[in-house]
Amino acid sequence: MNQTTIKPAAITKTFTVRATPEKAFAVFTDGFDRWWPKTHSIGASPLKKAVIEPGVGGRWYGLLEDGSEGLWGDVLVWEPPGRLVLAWRITHQWGYDPNLLTEVEVRFVAVGASETRIEFEHRDLERFGDSEAANQARVSMDGGWGTILESFQAVVNG
Amino acid sequence: MTNGLSFAALADPTRREVFERLARGPLPVGELAQGLPVSRPAVSQHLKVLKEAGLVTDRPDGARRVYQIDPKGLGQIRAWLDQFWDVALDAFKAEVERNAEEPTQPADEDQP
Repeated sequence: MNQTTIKPAAITKTFTVRATPEKAFAVFTDGFDRWWPKTHSIGASPLKKAVIEPGVGGRWYGLLEDGSEGLWGDVLVWEPPGRLVLAWRITHQWGYDPNLLTEVEVRFVAVGASETRIEFEHRDLERFGDSEAANQARVSMDGGWGTILESFQAVVNG
Repeated sequence: MTNGLSFAALADPTRREVFERLARGPLPVGELAQGLPVSRPAVSQHLKVLKEAGLVTDRPDGARRVYQIDPKGLGQIRAWLDQFWDVALDAFKAEVERNAEEPTQPADEDQP
């Protein structure tokens, strides 16, 4: 049965980059593939390209070497050059779950003429707990990860 | 512990199968290994990786050990994400500044 939910604090990071907010926003989104660590993706195949599609509703995903896509979430707020909010829908158990919503917010705040303070937050982490329960239920019903990943693939590709 | 561990922990099909079996309920290693196309030591190795990744946990049950999905794994995922974002955002900062076209004075760190 359910245990008491551990409610972890949001992850926050603040740092300054030597670039304008416009530049920083563009590199974060359009230039996503140039900096996203290639080791971080879901699926059995290596990550070939990481993508954030522009605009609200745009997808945030990894194109894998075998040609499949690993969806991570979608764009919730798209306000260049000041603010970006992404839905991180990768579960605690490393599968995509459209019902999971954890938010990654990035604010780009101008500091002087040529610097930007990046205010980063990944919040609602306690929802991983709900997702875990949901996933376990689905694992029991559908016969496991293979099935989940296949249907995930179908949703992504369909 | 490396940052990619939890993702990598489920990239291997056999390891995912081990994890899937545990998702249905706790099992000792012997039962877990039954029907899997790998040796019991290999299963133990997979369990070790899953345990290090914070995905499963074990407890003694008499002379044997029983494995289960780590119910307190939220702390693990938070720790993992915290480190992960450090790595990712460092890479982001490097990329932004590599591409910065405005000439800027390098701001030295406060170091002796």
